[in-house]
Amino acid sequence: MSAPDNNHEHDSTTDPANGHENPGLPYHRPRRADQDPKADKKAERQVAALFGISILGTVIALWAYFSMNDADPGEVSEIQQVNMWIGLGLFLAMIGIGLGAIHWAKSLMRDHEMVEERHELRSSDESREGAIQHLKDGATDSGLGGVKRRGVLKGSLITALAIAPLAVLVPQIGNMGADWNVSKFRHTMWGPGVRLARDPDGALIRAADVTIGSVFHVIPDGLNDLDHHYLLQEKAKAVVLLVRLDPQDLNLQEGREDWSFDGIVAYSKICTHVGCPVALYEQQTHHLLCPCHQSTFDVANGAKVVFGPAKRPLPQLPIAVDDEGYIVAQADFDEPIGPSYWDRLKGGDSVPADTSEEGGH
Amino acid sequence: MGAKLDRAASGTANYVDERTSIGGFVKFFARKIFPDHWSFMLGEIALYSFIILLLSGVFLTAFYVPSMTEVHYEGPFATMHGVEMTEAFASTLKTSFEVPGGLLIRQIHHWSALLFIAAILVHMCRVFFTGAFRKPRELNWLVGFTLFVLGLAAGFTGYSLPDDVLSGNGLRIIDGIIKGVPLIGTYTSYWLFGGEYPGVDIIPRLFTAHILLVPGLILALIALHLFLVFLHKHTQYPGGGRSHRNVVGLPLFPVYTAKAGGFFFVVFGIVALVASVFTINPVWNYGPYDPSPVSAGTQPDWYILFVDGLLRMWPGWLFGLPTEWELWGYTLSLNIILPAVIVPALFFGIIALYPWIEAWATGDRGEKHVLDRPRNVPVRTGIGVAFIVFYVLLVIEGSNDIVANLFHLSLNDITIFMQWAIFLLPPLAFWITKRICLGLQRKDRELVLHGHETGTIVRYEHGEYVEVHEPLDAQETWLRVSYENYTPLEIEPERNDHGVARNGYRWDRFKQRLSRFYFEERIEPVTPAELEAARHHHGGASAHGKSDAAEAESADKRLDAEWNELDGDAKK
Ligand code: FES
Repeated sequence: MSAPDNNHEHDSTTDPANGHENPGLPYHRPRRADQDPKADKKAERQVAALFGISILGTVIALWAYFSMNDADPGEVSEIQQVNMWIGLGLFLAMIGIGLGAIHWAKSLMRDHEMVEERHELRSSDESREGAIQHLKDGATDSGLGGVKRRGVLKGSLITALAIAPLAVLVPQIGNMGADWNVSKFRHTMWGPGVRLARDPDGALIRAADVTIGSVFHVIPDGLNDLDHHYLLQEKAKAVVLLVRLDPQDLNLQEGREDWSFDGIVAYSKICTHVGCPVALYEQQTHHLLCPCHQSTFDVANGAKVVFGPAKRPLPQLPIAVDDEGYIVAQADFDEPIGPSYWDRLKGGDSVPADTSEEGGH
Repeated sequence: MGAKLDRAASGTANYVDERTSIGGFVKFFARKIFPDHWSFMLGEIALYSFIILLLSGVFLTAFYVPSMTEVHYEGPFATMHGVEMTEAFASTLKTSFEVPGGLLIRQIHHWSALLFIAAILVHMCRVFFTGAFRKPRELNWLVGFTLFVLGLAAGFTGYSLPDDVLSGNGLRIIDGIIKGVPLIGTYTSYWLFGGEYPGVDIIPRLFTAHILLVPGLILALIALHLFLVFLHKHTQYPGGGRSHRNVVGLPLFPVYTAKAGGFFFVVFGIVALVASVFTINPVWNYGPYDPSPVSAGTQPDWYILFVDGLLRMWPGWLFGLPTEWELWGYTLSLNIILPAVIVPALFFGIIALYPWIEAWATGDRGEKHVLDRPRNVPVRTGIGVAFIVFYVLLVIEGSNDIVANLFHLSLNDITIFMQWAIFLLPPLAFWITKRICLGLQRKDRELVLHGHETGTIVRYEHGEYVEVHEPLDAQETWLRVSYENYTPLEIEPERNDHGVARNGYRWDRFKQRLSRFYFEERIEPVTPAELEAARHHHGGASAHGKSDAAEAESADKRLDAEWNELDGDAKK
């Protein structure tokens, strides 16, 4: 048995013959078109026909563009039809050329394989030495290598190069984050006395309108008067889900006994996982489901997590009813809404860290 | 006329060559040999879908407005009349409805983006399973890997541009993930969005990334990727006459110019067909971005699903313990950074570094230009399949709501199943694949030694039945015996004769362990001596068998004839 020599840190390229002899290229079978002039002619005609299909396709696409140009742009199905015809024309125009060329190559061009030698990629020892010599020469010429070492020059150049990018990056990156005031995460438009309004029309909500089992998508009153830009920004934080349960089903949370009104509770709609709107409410189980990664929150039980990747309950908005019967917020959320971040329990000017502690699982 | 044309052509060629010396180039390139195999087209599909992306993308930029300025829609699409939206969304509607063919180009752009990433992935699998990443192509593997990551970046930045409800929610998830990164998360979010999410800067910023930064990088890396392919010359599948020192195939001009050139048109044609028949991303149904609504069953593009799957799978509470920790007043969201950042980074990291991992195990430093048959490297093939299973499980989990709907399963059950499966199935897949590979190798040995079964059974005079075997021809044999037969590395002992510990022993020992994992269990190729012995043994038998078979056949015929005669008699 010949020892397999392609093992153990060897440097050259050897073929894994395992002692056998390479039998050489297999016998090449000629195609029909190579031998029979009729088959050759036929293949030629087929290729030409395929190119013909392409020409036809281009004509169809142009015809579709011009003749259907007057489709009603408000009618989705009509628009889709125009586009479909242009697309089908384009399909034929392309596929005809493609298949024609491939058929040509396969049936009429050379199919007898050729052999080309490879050369090892490693450059020859001479050129390697030459390269190193050139670099050394260059280094000596500059004075960086060789006898004169010029340490100060080297050091100052490296330092200059290393810090020069700061001159570009600091102003550039520095401006990209606007005011960098990340504590804005903690505040929403909610505050004492802000009325709850329906999303999206802004109609105010009376406690009496909220029947048991119903769900309201809620925005703070006044949100819609904001400028579009601020509107989206504020809405992204302030959206709330209002639900009325049978008061018997509702398990009031410690310290939050007066945050609800007669079975009506309001929770932030922004998932505490990575921030999708939590939108699916199931009446029977009182579960709120986030469609993004299926975190499930139990509304009857402080919106605690019962399943899925979120860890914290949805923040609760303390609510009350004002003299006119409208539902209002008692205050802003007592913790930052939405996904967790590194310093969410820190520093908030109006948010003492310990109030954001939540119950267990 | 012909002569005139010739003269014009040679005149032009002369003009150009005297100014560029392009003649040498053409001589070098025109007849370069490329091996032929269908699986070499997968990378081409990726390249062509990128070209389609560039072409359709240029068209789209002519109409798209990368701005978050508010407008009230006044176009022809009635359902949106008067709706507040960003200019980005409004211009997307305009491209779709008011520009003839605009919708088609949008759909071509989107479909070819999906195809682009799919083709890259499948191409990577081909390269992986055939060992085409081995020396000297490790760096090109890395270039290709980077192209894959850039492809994901291109896809994601583009997906967000229409500024519809779905893409806005996708962005919000990204924002949530970024905020979950310890220390720098909130600031990174501010940096990206120019303040609080969503702000007014993100669309223009993504636009620049999508049409300049990312495609610029992709283009540069594609050039490098192809340059290296030319420099290395393409790999080839094993077979007679092929070796690590040559390349067997057909010339670039005209064969591959026609085949590959033609193939571009085929890919374009098929994308056009799909785009004209199947609607994708109908943003007019979703509406402009609004942070409040979201519906179930909304999916990101498929290539993002694996991250989504990880996010869905990672529980917030594990055995009653939280996976989000509060340490000294700071919040560490393991339920975000592990699934969305760390696991994908590890997964990608291993893929990127794989060529080096395997090189440590083989210790082989030769250039490899003949591809492996996957069965001949059972451990690598097993690892590849395990990775695919891992990835596919994540993609399924990332669309678990659709799966639940389709098969009427409970969403929670699927997730719980996946939480177990993600740990159990990939190792199982590894083990099964390795067994299958070893089995196939054993079968190859059998075949080489004993030949093909012919299905002809003969009976010897002494009553024994034997099946006649046809020995393999030289080509068939060569295919099955010419593979790298690595054995586990042997390393020098830890201490030399003087009992002094040597440097680098631990590293060597690690490589040895790795090598054992790869090559401890292996099927040796048939040696010439074994083959000789087997042929000798069979040689007689098979020649013998052939005459036996002929004899048996004639006996059969005789019997048949007799039977027919009898039968005929009986009928009478
Ligand atoms: S964002 Fe709600 S579960 Fe992930």
